Amino acid sequence: MTASIATGQTILVVGGGISGMTAALEAAECGKQVILVEKTPVLGGRTARLYRYFPKMCHPTCGLEINLRRLKQNRNVRIMTMTEVSAVSGSRGNYTVTLKVAPRFVNENCTACGKCGEAVTAEVPNPWNYGLDKLKAAYLPHNMAYPQRYVIDPSIVGTPEGEKAKAACPVGAVDLEMKEETVTISAGAVVWATGWRPYDAAKIQPYGYGRFKNVITSLEFERLADPQGPTGGKILRPGDGKEAKNVAFIQCAGSRDENHLRHCSRICCMASLKQTQYVREAFGAEGKSTVYYIDIRAIDRFEDFYQMVQKDATVSFVKSKVARIAENKANGNPILHGVNTEGYHRYAIEHDLVVLAVGMEPEITGVKLPDDVILDSSNFIEGSKDQGMFGAGAAASPLDVNRAVQSATAASLHAIQVVRKNASTEAA
Amino acid sequence: MTTANQNAVERYRNNFLKEVEANVEEGDMVKMCMQCGVCAGSCPLGPHWEHSPQKIFMMIRAGKREEVLSSDSMWMCTSCYNCIVRCPRQLPITHIMHGLANYAHRLGLAPKGQPTREFGTLFWNNLVKKGRVNELTLTIGHYFKDGIAAGIKTGLAMQAVGLGMVKAKRLNPMEIFGGHAVKDLKGFHAMVAKAQEIEAKKKGFTA
Ligand SMILES: Cc1cc2nc3c(=O)[nH]c(=O)nc-3n(C[C@H](O)[C@H](O)[C@H](O)COP(=O)(O)OP(=O)(O)OC[C@H]3O[C@@H](n4cnc5c(N)ncnc54)[C@H](O)[C@@H]3O)c2cc1C
Ligand code: SF4
Ligand code: SF4
Repeated sequence: MTASIATGQTILVVGGGISGMTAALEAAECGKQVILVEKTPVLGGRTARLYRYFPKMCHPTCGLEINLRRLKQNRNVRIMTMTEVSAVSGSRGNYTVTLKVAPRFVNENCTACGKCGEAVTAEVPNPWNYGLDKLKAAYLPHNMAYPQRYVIDPSIVGTPEGEKAKAACPVGAVDLEMKEETVTISAGAVVWATGWRPYDAAKIQPYGYGRFKNVITSLEFERLADPQGPTGGKILRPGDGKEAKNVAFIQCAGSRDENHLRHCSRICCMASLKQTQYVREAFGAEGKSTVYYIDIRAIDRFEDFYQMVQKDATVSFVKSKVARIAENKANGNPILHGVNTEGYHRYAIEHDLVVLAVGMEPEITGVKLPDDVILDSSNFIEGSKDQGMFGAGAAASPLDVNRAVQSATAASLHAIQVVRKNASTEAA
Repeated sequence: MTTANQNAVERYRNNFLKEVEANVEEGDMVKMCMQCGVCAGSCPLGPHWEHSPQKIFMMIRAGKREEVLSSDSMWMCTSCYNCIVRCPRQLPITHIMHGLANYAHRLGLAPKGQPTREFGTLFWNNLVKKGRVNELTLTIGHYFKDGIAAGIKTGLAMQAVGLGMVKAKRLNPMEIFGGHAVKDLKGFHAMVAKAQEIEAKKKGFTA
């Protein structure tokens, strides 16, 4: 099917994370028409997978809830999930955008009753928990998923499992005949809010991610601490399910490194400082966090958060980029080797668990973007030559939520200016 | 003080980093070090020397000229390249270490009796004589560097190895009488002299 919708006054927002939702809402609440496309089945992006937010240590769900309510109340935003941009042509004020919509195999009739999920037995790695556990092949991505609609994993379509899901649905919402669709739209301006992804930790060879089970990433650690995560919020290490009370955090894992990402990912120092407090929350005075760092970059006004953590007796700091990790074969403990640059002391320290504070890499790295888009040396989006496309949030720079929202609001304003100009020329 | 050393002190007074940048191979990369410590932790010789590369680079910036140039650290580097591979700023650490060793050697500040330096000197002198290394004279020179008694002792201890090599035609006892040279020995000497001239010019050595 090829449908043509929208006009040159429409703003297209690509990516439904906190930045994309913000950009879409700001424009929509100014009365502009917005199409918000998201490649996964749900809105929320990476933030929805964090346990708590720095600096206030609140849960991301509340911020998400407010934005979802705003979205539900606003008729100017059209949301398209499981949708990606495959091509953009034209120029500022007059883009033609081709969208590719992947089949969800569940239509609008779904009431999220969960009968299909109960019926199937096949399981797939849970993308929500970065594959740390599995979920049924007919699933609601998470409790707060928006839209509240199930997804059938393509792996069971055309199998008896798929038929089971179909048979179980009381409202006939499971549609196994759904096909990939191509949709063409017109838009006056495009906001790229495609966010970030963690740098592939396995590429940092001396740290043994992928070889040593008790070396994990900071994203995985967020899921371990979360009651909705694979361990029900208990900090149990993947190697043997033992409580990880003595945790090492390795900063700049892949960032500030000419061999990996050359930029400072800016939020990972704060993320690790925050995560030391997960250890304290779980084990009290028995917990022990050690942060290995080059220098702590608590951005902006977060210095007081750093000072708060420095005062915490369960947290210690070692000024050193860890050289390599080995594994104690007897107990599965990772052993960190390096030199403490304060005094040049050589160390070999054992921990229960190592958390790599992995860097943020733009999600669009390796994705073909319109030629007009300008990227910086780390592939963050700076804008477009014709000044009709804008980067927002973590797609534009490694930002925390607060700054991502500011950046999205700014991008939204730029986009509004483009379509406003369009409106006045069309009227003339 | 050698004249070269005196000149260098005069020229770069209080700015050892500039001196290193001008005279040491890849010395201009020293300032790129961010003191992360990965090289220090990655060096297999780490526990055995006093200054890690990271520490050396900090000392250069701190103007610790004497300590750096007389350090034995650069002489311990085995060129394993572990540090270069891991350095997040891509400093050519190994090359800088050898550059520093070479510079200290030329200025006559390198540590006396340092085994790598001594063997290096022995090797070089042996090599330039005939354009090829004479294994027999090199070995003997090496064994007897600490006196006749020590030389005889090491020689006896290594006797079986030596005989084995002779049997396997890897060592010719006749080489003791000077040994054979490369084909165009005069040409070879001219080439080395030219290379040294170019290097001296590049690094600003007058003496
Ligand atoms: C370990 C860790 C902990 C953190 N903790 C905190 C914290 O406590 N507090 C804080 O303020 N910040 C924190 N951050 C930073 C926070 O995650 C980011 O600021 C935030 O995710 C940025 O939101 P975003 O919408 O710009 O990007 P994202 O959250 O990445 O959202 C981008 C969205 O775009 C979609 N998308 C991507 N490509 C396409 C495409 N081609 N087509 C369509 N859709 C696409 C994605 O599926 C996703 O839904 C943390 C980061 C890390 C790594
Ligand atoms: S924020 Fe901290 S951990 Fe992250 S890249 Fe920058 S310095 Fe390294
Ligand atoms: S690894 Fe590189 S940046 Fe780090 S201390 Fe050594 S030379 Fe400096």
